[in-house]
Amino acid sequence: MSVKVSMNVNGEAVSAEVPERTLLVSFLRETLNMTGTHVGCDTAQCGACTIHLNGRAIKSCNILAMQAEGGNVTTIEGLAKADGTLHPMQEAFRQNHGLQCGFCTPGMVMSAVDLVKNTPNPTEEQIRELMDGNICRCTGYHNIVKAIAAGATSMAANP
Amino acid sequence: MTKFAIGQTVHRLEDPTLLQGKGCYTDDLRPQGAAHAFVLRSPHAHVLIRGIDTTAARKAPGVIAVLTGADAKADDLGTMPCIVPVKNHDGTPRGETPRPVLALDRARHVGDPVALVVAETYHAARDAAELIEVDYEPLPAVADVYGAAQPGAPLVWPEIKQNIVADLHLGSKEAADAAFARAAHISKIELVQNRLVANPMEPRAAFAEYDPETDRSTLHTSSQSVALLRAHIGDIVLKIGDKLRVRSGNVGGAFGMKAMMHPEQPMIVWASRRLKRAVRWTGDRSEGFLTDVQGRDHKVFAELALDKDGKFLAVRATVYAGMGAYLSQFAPMIPQSVHSMMPSVYAFEAAHLHLIETVTNTVPVDAYRGAGRPEGIYVTERLIDIAARELKIAPDELRRRNFIKPSQFPYTTAAGLVYDSGDFEGLQAKALKEADWAGFPARKAASEARGKLRGIGLTMYVERCGGAAPPDSVALKVNKDRVLVLPGTVDNGQGHMTVLKQMVSEYLGVDMEKIDVSQGDSDANPFGLTGGSRFAVVTGTAAGIAAKEVVDKGMEQAAKMLEAAAADIEYGDGDYKVKGTDRKATLFDVASAAGGIEALHIKNTGALTFPNGCHIVEVEIDPQTGVTRLDRYTIVDDFGRALNPMLLLGQVHGGTVQGIGQALLEHAVYDNESAQLLTGSFMDYAMPRADDVPSFHTTFHHTPCTTNPLGVKGAGEAGSVGAPPAIINAIVDVLHAKKGIKHIDMPATREKVWRALNG
Amino acid sequence: MYQFKFQKAKSVAEAFAGLGKDGDAKLLAGGQSLIAAMKLRLSQPSTLIDLGDIAELRQIKVETGTVTIGAMTTHATVAASAEVNKALPALAMLAGSIGDRQVRNQGTIGGSIANNDPAADYPAACLGLGATIATNKRKISADAFFKGMYETALEAGEIITSVSFAIPKRAAYVKFKNPASRFAIVGVLVADFGSSARVAVTGAGPGVFRIAEMEKALVAKFAPESVANIKVPAEGLNSDLHAQADYRAHLITVLAQRAVIAALK
Repeated sequence: MSVKVSMNVNGEAVSAEVPERTLLVSFLRETLNMTGTHVGCDTAQCGACTIHLNGRAIKSCNILAMQAEGGNVTTIEGLAKADGTLHPMQEAFRQNHGLQCGFCTPGMVMSAVDLVKNTPNPTEEQIRELMDGNICRCTGYHNIVKAIAAGATSMAANP
Repeated sequence: MTKFAIGQTVHRLEDPTLLQGKGCYTDDLRPQGAAHAFVLRSPHAHVLIRGIDTTAARKAPGVIAVLTGADAKADDLGTMPCIVPVKNHDGTPRGETPRPVLALDRARHVGDPVALVVAETYHAARDAAELIEVDYEPLPAVADVYGAAQPGAPLVWPEIKQNIVADLHLGSKEAADAAFARAAHISKIELVQNRLVANPMEPRAAFAEYDPETDRSTLHTSSQSVALLRAHIGDIVLKIGDKLRVRSGNVGGAFGMKAMMHPEQPMIVWASRRLKRAVRWTGDRSEGFLTDVQGRDHKVFAELALDKDGKFLAVRATVYAGMGAYLSQFAPMIPQSVHSMMPSVYAFEAAHLHLIETVTNTVPVDAYRGAGRPEGIYVTERLIDIAARELKIAPDELRRRNFIKPSQFPYTTAAGLVYDSGDFEGLQAKALKEADWAGFPARKAASEARGKLRGIGLTMYVERCGGAAPPDSVALKVNKDRVLVLPGTVDNGQGHMTVLKQMVSEYLGVDMEKIDVSQGDSDANPFGLTGGSRFAVVTGTAAGIAAKEVVDKGMEQAAKMLEAAAADIEYGDGDYKVKGTDRKATLFDVASAAGGIEALHIKNTGALTFPNGCHIVEVEIDPQTGVTRLDRYTIVDDFGRALNPMLLLGQVHGGTVQGIGQALLEHAVYDNESAQLLTGSFMDYAMPRADDVPSFHTTFHHTPCTTNPLGVKGAGEAGSVGAPPAIINAIVDVLHAKKGIKHIDMPATREKVWRALNG
Repeated sequence: MYQFKFQKAKSVAEAFAGLGKDGDAKLLAGGQSLIAAMKLRLSQPSTLIDLGDIAELRQIKVETGTVTIGAMTTHATVAASAEVNKALPALAMLAGSIGDRQVRNQGTIGGSIANNDPAADYPAACLGLGATIATNKRKISADAFFKGMYETALEAGEIITSVSFAIPKRAAYVKFKNPASRFAIVGVLVADFGSSARVAVTGAGPGVFRIAEMEKALVAKFAPESVANIKVPAEGLNSDLHAQADYRAHLITVLAQRAVIAALK
């Protein structure tokens, strides 16, 4: 009652035997012990589990690990440089107080990076509309929106 | 002054960890060999449990144990405590709603725990739960807070007549009645405080370890107070006292809800002790909707009495407050704050509240951000707008005529609170200017030219923070090169670590880099509770007193080292100095020589503080669809003093958006017949998202608080108090102009607004 | 989620064979509805046949008069496609309004219409743009495909391979979202084909439907005032927490006008 699943996570090949019904987020958290990706709901609404699969932001709670078989996964743990230098979007969140409890933050940041990749100079209105797949209960979004705008500028300057 | 001292914007030290996914929330703990727990819950709102057959479940693959209420009873577990004593107005004590951790013979709301399955994997536990056969006998249920108190309503507790668990009067009824008798004008309102779900993004979680050597259990859980949980679970429910240690790591939001013990916490510790094995449980969001204590849920009838000049005389209200099926820890106390807040920032002669607390077949209700303050302010600030319209006095002018004036402080309000400071008239004037109140007619005309209806809403607010109970303590430990700060509070995202370091850095004159903060361990941290916007006021003060004690305790050692009389030594910038000389010893040198210095401050003064402010918001309504867009949201707050302005504004933004959620979107709706929760997930319960809310224009109008040495007032709940009345006042501005409508209940959904405009 | 067997199909034929072997097997496209339902234990397939590896199902083709989207094309791909934006911008816009960005990166057109959620967007595009749904067995017109709530004309063993949309003179989709789920409370697609017009409504009823009276009025004159006074009866429309039937009925008329205005821009 299990399958072998293999993929590349943050540049490393990983492989494990897991039950078929293992969600990608459970594979990351339970099997690989990578707990940076969070689960905030069970209806694919909150976006705390957002990761990049083959370069696209998706909700890892709403896809089976097997659907990512052979794919390239980037999680929040793979965003900063190896020397600990934060990704420009992470740094923008820090500078702008774009996080409080930090639980939605990994998903917010992963989602924001994807947003800016596809919409390089987003307006405030675009940021607000395009972040509708991520829920935050602490910040009231004010500083998240500021952070993403700043992160977009910074990502453009440091491609 | 050090460069990160109090008052500076310091970027949070917590953030690099959290931003890289390296935080450690309860479900991030990866214990080897821990068993997984799944809770089987009642699918019915009100049932008798005739029997539970766990035979098949116990035989299912991977199952370790299946526990029921009978097992808990056999093990002599105590019931979940409500710690608030309330006397009814007739002198009798309030009703009791003893709640076992697992339902015994009756379940009283959908989601009430019925059995606990412990298995090798989560899937095994959940699969096995479906094999449990429960013989339920459904009973009639009641969900409506007001309907529950009417004759003939189904009884949640046969012992509690008409479902009224407490019935009390707060404030002088006679004084209020007398004021109403001579009023020139009386304005009335009937309103609903919509029931809310706290929904911190991190679901509740509990993980219990057991150490057979010491017979001790450690409960890791997402909370606002490890001390309170330790006491309630250890002493009252499991009766194991100090054999329980409670720890909280990172907490992914709490908002009052996680201050409360929930049944799963003692349940998991109990299971772990029975099995002598680590057991973990993490609730999912659907369970959260059915079990996390909820907020608000009032039905209100209120009146405001004014004299012929528009002077407020008295405010009075009858409030039916929903408690849910069981009285949660602080539940009966929360609505009492409606009374303390009813006078808001105005000079009233009297304020009277008749409070009727009812039980219903719904999830228990307890403190949620604001905890009684938003409910109280909303009543009065809505009444004021209604009165202003009826008397044809501008809403800002009517408020101006009634403000408590700076010269009147300390001022005892009609609810008996003593306000120490504030400049309400100056603050409102500043807000009107910041919001360009005068420019509203032009913006309204511009909206109308585009087919949209524009309204403006204003509210003042005040809230009560600080206070005596529970004491928030701070311990300080200085060794040869580090200062360790141990607060009793638990950070839930506010940035306590950063601010504590800022404060202690200033108190002791020691660099922030040399200060460590350790929280969330009932073995190590003193008593405390995060809640009620009290951290800055109470923990901040306690840290100051502990710091002074540290300095005093080192004095003798310093005198020895410096060969001077203690009286000749002064302390500053981290050094003990002999006055008038260059002879000095650092705090660390002194601590090193003394073998360490420790201080613990466990008492607080009990002083209250009164953060206050003004929210002004404009709404633009699409009359064809009822869509309300918020525009130009201005907030002016008086927090006494900012410890870290950036973090302070973060609290304002977050609180305000929770208030916006209450005003426009959020509502825990129960079916009135079945008492099923109809909004049981994010698919139906509308959480504010980035595109629902505006950016905010914020500024301060601080008047220092005189009741604590820091001069701070607290800010955590402010936004959630100000937003609802401001927004509803703005919407009613439109509805009244178009349709003569006096009030619309929260949440003012698109459909409700459309019906109001087209009815 | 209940246990199931998992199979990755390399071709449509392989998927078809898989369906033949297990009567309770289900096809897994992007999974944005199916996985969610399985997580809540509302769906219990015995086998999941994943179509994710079948490249032939992910093509977009623009030909004279039609835009054809492979069944496994994600909403994000359709929304971002330069070809689709040029030939049929209303379709790209509609795809870009589905769910949220993350859902659009994973959800597919085939999955959406096979599921036929009454509040989904693609059914409105199919019906409003006179689409033809191609399966491994036949071609089905959108008018015959959607059969009410979560039901379609698909038979056992039938697999959607692509959807071909007729390119109108102009079209637009306007959606009124549920504030919680962000699904359509009402979504209206209007399309002007010159000698005919289509008005398709999703979210409002138990399934997607057309409004003949509006279509007739729009053929006579494709202008917002043509539909402004056409009231839709509330009877038979959905009534729930988020919108009563009469509100939905009213919104259909409002949104139809707005869609016409958007199409004329």
